[in-house]
Amino acid sequence: MTDTSKFTSLKVQDPRTKKRNAAEKRFRAYGIVAIAIGGLFLAALTFTIVKSGLPAFTQYVMKLEVTLSQEQFDDAESQLLKTAVYRDIFIDNFSEQLDANGVDVEYDAAALERLLGKVGGDIRTHYRENPDDIGQPTTFQLQLSSRVEGYFRGRVTRDTLVDSRFLEKADLDIVDVLRDAGLMTGRFNWAFLTGKDSGVDNPGGAGIGASVIGSFFMMLVVLFLSLPIGVAASIYLEEFAPKNRFTDLVEVNISNLAAVPSIVFGILGLSVFIQFMHLPQSAPLVGGLVLTLMTLPTIIISTRASLKSVPPSIRDAALGIGASKMQSVTHHVLPLAMPGILTGTIIGLAQALGETAPLLLIGMVGFVAREYPDGVASGFLDPNSAMPAQIYTWAARADVGFYEKAWGGIIVLLVFLLLMNAIAIFLRKKFERRW
Amino acid sequence: MSLLLTVNLVLALCVIGYILGTRRALGSADGDQRLLHSLKGYYGQNVALSVLVPSSILLAIWLIAQPLLINQSVAGLIAEQDIAEGASSSLIIQDMRRVADGLDVVVQEGVLADTEIAALNAETTDVRDLLGDVGVAVGSEVTQQTLDGARHYRTLALTGNFWRGFAVLAVALAGFVFALQRTHKDFRARNVVERGVLVLLFSAATVAVLTTVGIVLSLIFNTINFFDAFPAADFFFGTRWEPSFSGRGGASDLGFLPLIWGTMFISIISLIVAVPLGLFSAIYLSEYASDRVRAVAKPMLEILAGIPTIVYGLFALLTVGPLLVSAFGSGGLFGVNWMSGGTAAITAGSVMGIMLIPFVSSLSDDIINAVPQAMRDGSYGLGATQSETIRQVILPAALPGIVGAILLATSRAIGETMIVVLGAGAAASLSLNPFEAMTTVTAKIVSQLTGDGEFNSPETMVAFALGMTLFVITLCLNVFALYIVRKYREQYD
Repeated sequence: MTDTSKFTSLKVQDPRTKKRNAAEKRFRAYGIVAIAIGGLFLAALTFTIVKSGLPAFTQYVMKLEVTLSQEQFDDAESQLLKTAVYRDIFIDNFSEQLDANGVDVEYDAAALERLLGKVGGDIRTHYRENPDDIGQPTTFQLQLSSRVEGYFRGRVTRDTLVDSRFLEKADLDIVDVLRDAGLMTGRFNWAFLTGKDSGVDNPGGAGIGASVIGSFFMMLVVLFLSLPIGVAASIYLEEFAPKNRFTDLVEVNISNLAAVPSIVFGILGLSVFIQFMHLPQSAPLVGGLVLTLMTLPTIIISTRASLKSVPPSIRDAALGIGASKMQSVTHHVLPLAMPGILTGTIIGLAQALGETAPLLLIGMVGFVAREYPDGVASGFLDPNSAMPAQIYTWAARADVGFYEKAWGGIIVLLVFLLLMNAIAIFLRKKFERRW
Repeated sequence: MSLLLTVNLVLALCVIGYILGTRRALGSADGDQRLLHSLKGYYGQNVALSVLVPSSILLAIWLIAQPLLINQSVAGLIAEQDIAEGASSSLIIQDMRRVADGLDVVVQEGVLADTEIAALNAETTDVRDLLGDVGVAVGSEVTQQTLDGARHYRTLALTGNFWRGFAVLAVALAGFVFALQRTHKDFRARNVVERGVLVLLFSAATVAVLTTVGIVLSLIFNTINFFDAFPAADFFFGTRWEPSFSGRGGASDLGFLPLIWGTMFISIISLIVAVPLGLFSAIYLSEYASDRVRAVAKPMLEILAGIPTIVYGLFALLTVGPLLVSAFGSGGLFGVNWMSGGTAAITAGSVMGIMLIPFVSSLSDDIINAVPQAMRDGSYGLGATQSETIRQVILPAALPGIVGAILLATSRAIGETMIVVLGAGAAASLSLNPFEAMTTVTAKIVSQLTGDGEFNSPETMVAFALGMTLFVITLCLNVFALYIVRKYREQYD
């Protein structure tokens, strides 16, 4: 300690302190960066979902007023090629409208077919179903083909378009003119929310409605099975279970089941419910059963936590005035734990709603949900899709138009999840009790 | 008797039982509640439970057993030589069942009466058209054998359903009468009901065990079947994964090694992303962040765990993959040509890594918080800076717990399905290049079981062997991780 030159003024940091302080700052920065990356990723994900998914909610249509007289209708129905006649009637009306709007553009029947699909068939169907409209001017909103929609959205441009029987470059000139004339416009795509899935070649007509119903029936099964079973199991384990081997076994089991990969539950569902018990494939009932087994551990764990948070004094007071053990639980502990149980259940349900892998194994993929179930029994037992399975089905299809639908489906799914989580948070905030 | 009717009748009996039970108890005490042993509701509950519980158990057993027995009986009708090439008895039974269901519809719609069905002959009537008319599609022509089987199936199912309703109602009634007989003012109704409820609670708790048993049994039986058809050594030590398509014939290579390699490789990539990010987030949140930052950042990270994996999968497939190709692909940002397609190990791995951040961070956060404050104070007292304290005191103290958290995240990564199905590609390869497409155990389970392959071919059954190995690996990881976490927690409590 004789070498005083090693000591400098307290006001000046020596190199070692500087180094240590720099290390301190760096370490702190790592933490901030790590969190920022997480946040950035979340922001990027949200942005991508919104940007790619919103187009699914708009639909591009051509508005056209068509007047069909009774004679024309009768005449058309008597022809051999009925839809061709309707197409010609449509083209007549179309050219009249163009003249009325002062639009001048060259087109032929084939070009219109490429833009609008089989218009003749659409119009015939409409008049056959609504005979009252015959003779009246009726406004049709005809959906544009998926490639033209792609042009509106910038996915298809003149540079990338290769002339084919689906769309030619010249057709885009017609589209431009019609768009400027206000005949082709976008509108909110209700059909996406309410519609059913379409075939692999028609992304424009695909909707998520049927699979929302499928998910709904599945969630009903999950709710009505996992809530009672989960609560009963938790009450037993938390309040009544003696400390023995079996209880230990159950406890270890539950914590392990919570971490078993979801696809293993799918294998279980496939071999037990479908192979062994011969329940119908792709049915929401089976999906619900599989998801029930999967969410049970989550619900049991959260239910036990909320039972545990009810103070023992409540139980003691009930026992003290002569209640039986069962009465103290059902009359006092359970009602007090109910908000916590419901919160946990809703979060478990939300988790089940977004789960995909097990559903794929019980046949909810490659199946086209074309029909709404026609009743409660059919809702449970008839093949249907579910939201996440539907999204997967769309993502696996070759047509790029389906990707948009998949993102749109994700928006719908996330809206449901957000709603459920918001309800859970609301319940927790409103009924939370600190003892 | 239809199922719905049976259930409704039992429920009605239940309600009536409750009312009558309560009345009878009160009646036996001349309307004076104080003379009853238990509260009056318990007498009603006793009757209701006696009606409901035995009959529900019987119904459940019947619902499971009847299809099994019928299947066995129908399978007995099929002669060995009638099983065509490429078909199996289970497929034939499936056809028969479909025809039988179709015949039910035919009767319901009033197209044919039951007696006419019995007289049907497949050679003179086109059964397929008949069913098509009522909206039931049948895959192939209905042969006389299928029709006979279907008729046999129908008869059995009809008698079975009749006796099901009969037996369930009989049991319900027996419970009703028995419980009502016992109802008397001195009957210890509360004790009986509470014991019954306790048994119900107990059986609910065993559902968890039954699930595990179900998983293990379904995996084991199917895996044994698979190893009967395919040598186990070729599965465990095979280095090629090339299943032949069904019907095409030829031997498949079903080597497990490329799949487990892909699984491990993608999991390692995801952990390289998740562990530093998760750990530093946890450290910052527990040691540095103010309450306000914590209140925002912690839920934000936890949202990442709440997003369904299908969303991550789609994000990997449609956004991250193309982005990586535009950086590492030919003509890309870095001028290298490492990546030819968007689906690659690194695509799935990096997205999965982000998904795993909250799994690492929240558990590590809890564990770091559990380190006693005295240890921090001691370190500060010796002149250490905050980061030195964290690195040299807190992290070593929390290490076992953090290892547990990382192991749990690993088991998540190994079991993750949707991200790899969509993001990692389909080709199995034993390669070290992260920019190449790879596939995993979970992705192959999905592709083997969702194909249109036949159910008992090795190409399909291999999925169960894969599931078994997946289950065993994740189970070991979980048990080990939970053991570490639990042991560590006890240390400071």
